[in-house]
Amino acid sequence: MSTLDQLPMWADALIATMLVVSAFTALVGSFALVKFSDFFKRLHGPTKSTTLGVGGVLIASAVYFTVRGPGFSAHEFLITLFLFLVAPVSAQLLVKAAMHLARGETMRER
Amino acid sequence: MTTAILPFAAAAFALALLFSAWRLLRGPGLPDRILALDTLYVNTIALLVVFGIQYDTQLLFEAALVVALLGFVGTVALSKYVTRGDIIQ
Repeated sequence: MSTLDQLPMWADALIATMLVVSAFTALVGSFALVKFSDFFKRLHGPTKSTTLGVGGVLIASAVYFTVRGPGFSAHEFLITLFLFLVAPVSAQLLVKAAMHLARGETMRER
Repeated sequence: MTTAILPFAAAAFALALLFSAWRLLRGPGLPDRILALDTLYVNTIALLVVFGIQYDTQLLFEAALVVALLGFVGTVALSKYVTRGDIIQ
């Protein structure tokens, strides 16, 4: 049993690196929402970058709670697996909805 | 090292939440708002996990799992509503 201040050196470095990298990745993914001009361009940021960032944070958390004990911590992998399965599905449904709306608009213009 | 990094990670996710909230309020179309809501809940999960590491508790994982499940159901329901006009055929 050890708390945040008494982690082994390697675990501390690994968790800190994972946190920095994945926080930056998720931030870039959300910044894409603000930056890009079109919905279909905007979709790329959150679906890929933010999902990867959250996966990284969850793995950092898994490392922390496994090292801290007691025993292997598997909750995080449950959430990671769920998010990675779900991100493409919701992205595809969103694209379907957006294409449906866009098609309706072009029909009305004619 | 991790102790010093954690507040910055939380700040990065809070900034990401602000970006997606801005798109949620601003977004010109309905799909934009649904996408912003999707990003919002994914970032919320990450923030909850960061707080879980900081406060050294596993309690927040249950919250993160519930947020993940309900967020996915919400995204699917809203997209279906936009596409079909009703949620359950």
